[in-house]
Amino acid sequence: MTALLPVLILATSLIPAVATFFIAQENAGWRNALNLGGALIKLGLILYMLIAVAGGTLYEARLEFVPGLYLLLRVDALSLLFVTLSAVLWLLTTIYAIAYFGPKPNLSRFFGFFSLCVFATTGIALSGTLVTFFIFYELLTLSTWPLVVHKQDDKSIIAGRSYLFYALPASGALLVAIIWLESATGPIEFARAADLRLLDDTSLRIIFALFVAGLGVKAALVPLHGWLPSAMAAPAPVSALLHAVAVVKAGAFGFVRIIYDVFGIALVAELRVGLPLAMLASVTIIFGSLRALQQTEIKKRLAYSTVSQVSYIVLGAALAGPYAVIGGLAHLVHQGLMKITLFFCAGIFDERAGIRRIDQLNGVGARMPFTSVCFSLGALGMIGLPPLAGFVSKIYIGIGGIQSGAPWVIGVLAASTLLNAAYFLPMLYRIWFGEAQDDSRPGERPFGIIVPAVITGLASIAVGLFAGWDLSPLAWATLIVERDYLP
Amino acid sequence: MTASALALALILTAPLFGALAAMLMGRRGPAIALATIIATAAGTLILLVIIATEGAVHLAIGGWEAPLGIQLRADGLAGGFIATTALVMGAILAVAAKPFAGGKTERRSAYTFWPLALLLWGALNAIFLSGDLFNLYVGLELLTLVAVALVGIEGKRETLAAALRYMMFALMGSLLYLLGAALLYAAHGTLDIALLAERVGSAPGDIVAAAAITGGLAAKTALFPFHAWLPPAHSGAPAPASAMLSGLVPKASFYILLRFWFEAAPDLAGSGVLMLLGGLGAFAMVYGSLLALHQDRLKLIIAYSTVAQLGYLFFIFPLAGGESAAQPWAAGAWSGAIFHALSHAMAKASMFLCAGLIIEAIGHDRLPGMKGIVRALPMTVFAFALAAITLMGLPPSGGFTAKYLMMTASFAAGQPFWALMLILAGLLAAAYLYRPLALAFALPDEDAPAPKAVSRARQFAPLALALAAILLGILSAAPFAFIQIGRPGAAVEGLE
Repeated sequence: MTALLPVLILATSLIPAVATFFIAQENAGWRNALNLGGALIKLGLILYMLIAVAGGTLYEARLEFVPGLYLLLRVDALSLLFVTLSAVLWLLTTIYAIAYFGPKPNLSRFFGFFSLCVFATTGIALSGTLVTFFIFYELLTLSTWPLVVHKQDDKSIIAGRSYLFYALPASGALLVAIIWLESATGPIEFARAADLRLLDDTSLRIIFALFVAGLGVKAALVPLHGWLPSAMAAPAPVSALLHAVAVVKAGAFGFVRIIYDVFGIALVAELRVGLPLAMLASVTIIFGSLRALQQTEIKKRLAYSTVSQVSYIVLGAALAGPYAVIGGLAHLVHQGLMKITLFFCAGIFDERAGIRRIDQLNGVGARMPFTSVCFSLGALGMIGLPPLAGFVSKIYIGIGGIQSGAPWVIGVLAASTLLNAAYFLPMLYRIWFGEAQDDSRPGERPFGIIVPAVITGLASIAVGLFAGWDLSPLAWATLIVERDYLP
Repeated sequence: MTASALALALILTAPLFGALAAMLMGRRGPAIALATIIATAAGTLILLVIIATEGAVHLAIGGWEAPLGIQLRADGLAGGFIATTALVMGAILAVAAKPFAGGKTERRSAYTFWPLALLLWGALNAIFLSGDLFNLYVGLELLTLVAVALVGIEGKRETLAAALRYMMFALMGSLLYLLGAALLYAAHGTLDIALLAERVGSAPGDIVAAAAITGGLAAKTALFPFHAWLPPAHSGAPAPASAMLSGLVPKASFYILLRFWFEAAPDLAGSGVLMLLGGLGAFAMVYGSLLALHQDRLKLIIAYSTVAQLGYLFFIFPLAGGESAAQPWAAGAWSGAIFHALSHAMAKASMFLCAGLIIEAIGHDRLPGMKGIVRALPMTVFAFALAAITLMGLPPSGGFTAKYLMMTASFAAGQPFWALMLILAGLLAAAYLYRPLALAFALPDEDAPAPKAVSRARQFAPLALALAAILLGILSAAPFAFIQIGRPGAAVEGLE
């Protein structure tokens, strides 16, 4: 049973992915049933595992390739955090996407690759070795491309090219780093610390830099972030789940694995590579916010906001103090909930009212109340208004900065909060107090497009309000740190 | 007759008899090919089971042992190549059944394709099973002549020129090889590989012989700087023929190189020679990739890609040859190169078949014409994409397993240069394969003529090949163990 569950969890995404390709475009019923069914079964399995893992059970499955090369799926508390996030949001985004697309063409292709992306993300979360991680990481790159170019127009094709232009060299860097490391130590499992000291300091520093380059593209660290804003050419559900959650989080999650499970905090400190990474993350936080300020399109502004916000996670991980990590890990979930709410709403604005630019938002609050409320919740959370989700993570990262002897982090957080307010508040002002350009009331229909946004919006309040509850993201992050990373 | 003799007989003779029958009954080519596929596949399956359960098979025809008689031998390496060839040939012949079907009007290409294709298969199998350098020469000669004929099968002026150029290179290669073999025979009185292994190195002429053999085979494998014949020949032939020429034919001469350097003369190579071979391979890889980037016809892109991909087969020499052979990483490097050869055979054949189907649909293979082809040929474009993943060496595919093994070996050997070249090769492959894929995925131009329909069943053949190349990566444990059977040195170091 302990080997079966991780495999089953992967299968709940893989089987719908493969099967969907063979479903004719007209068979919407079968396609939707398959994808929603897969997502529901997966959630059930995850719930079961959450309880078991909280009680201390470990799940492992392994598949041999060639000597030294094997797939290892391993469920620990950290992987469950990411799996749960992606599974919950997969279900909601599938509901949203079904309603969003309606009867549009090429849907079997879309949902096939969409489920394949979720499969890859789940695989990343469950990876127990570096090579396993790499394999799923690459699968994610490849299966995202057809989604980015889904509309098949010139803009999408250019966005897709830019995505691969960044992602493929990054994967090369990652592979060199992994193989360089493993040629000295043998296969590296996250659960068993390998003795990296077989390599000298310089080599280890170069390897760390290669990891940063390889993961930095997906995590959209400056200057490797260029693909993310242009990838917003993709349809709204893709931007919502993939660009706000799965792809960028895969990069951030990778940073946590590399720093804590491969190198270990002690070695990172000894090599003095943690501080430069924290600074790079801080630069990204500020830079992303500044660029967001300059955007006039809603989705572009949200994209730069993602660039900025994902680096909180990297910052938390790089600071390596217990509070900072807890904050970073909690932010992995918090940012996912808030950002997906914002993208859901941006998609609704675009699809139902044709609103793409920020100056078109004037007075939309009265015309589309549900969407506007959800959008506002997400935006306020991003700014870090207590007691919303973003506040909790910022506090923890800030305390962590002081703990790790880097009080300047507080300054970064403060500046970022001001900038967040500077680019979100004018949007909210326009929505609620702006002069409406017309009085038409675009219907916020069907329910499938609104309900997911409402759920994630409410959830982003809940994870902040009930942060003290035992299964809240914050409590789970604390469990991870207490169990795995405290000396 | 024992089971192993039966299997070897089927594998060797079924394609040859098939070719004979196809020559006599020209109109029934596809049916004869089907019978040949069934017979050869049956023999291959029996052989694989025997090798896997009992180890390498050795057969002296008529009971005459070396050096008098002809030796047949089938170890894991031979089994792997024979099985891959059977799979690839099966898919190619399935796709070829329609364009080369014997119709009411007599067409030269329909009449000659089947005997040539089956003869090519027979020659390949003969090479894979031969245990001495002379039989290898005979197989190689037959293979070369058939391949040249396949290039010129349509009789167009430019393909005839390509065929002629190919023949010049190939004959020069054969002469060099024959010269080397003659020198070895004069010095040691045998051409049997197992016997040579005990004697090579003692005679002063051995170095010259080895150089001649290597040069000749390198020319046939299109190693830089002997690659010039390959792109026009491979892109000029009809697609099913290109698939054989690019996927399988160069592997035969590479296979002989392996047999020679790793079995007949393992101690002869100095590190300089090995580095030279690897270096030329690296050069071929960069040069072929850059030229592939500049082509505007799909088949030329795929053909230049072959030059590049064959290049990094030669990394096996610095990583696993000579003194490295005794090192722990040699098994990985050697297996990596074999994985690359096998998965490249499948993926490249699949790509050429895809190109053939695209040409059938739009009438040509100029890149701009491919715009939006995904709508008409979804399975073909998907197969092309999967094959591209293997050629780029991205996981999970046979190409990735190959790259991983070779990169690990190169870092372990303290020669990270080869690993970096492999990464570069992957990126360049991504760059030149991206263009056709992105075009295929774009929206078609509104004034573009509607592509002709191609049946799903025929689109399935390249897809199956591309999937096989992917599966070779996912299920790599069994193939890896299989190709180690009978590998020189494997028994000594054991498997990790």
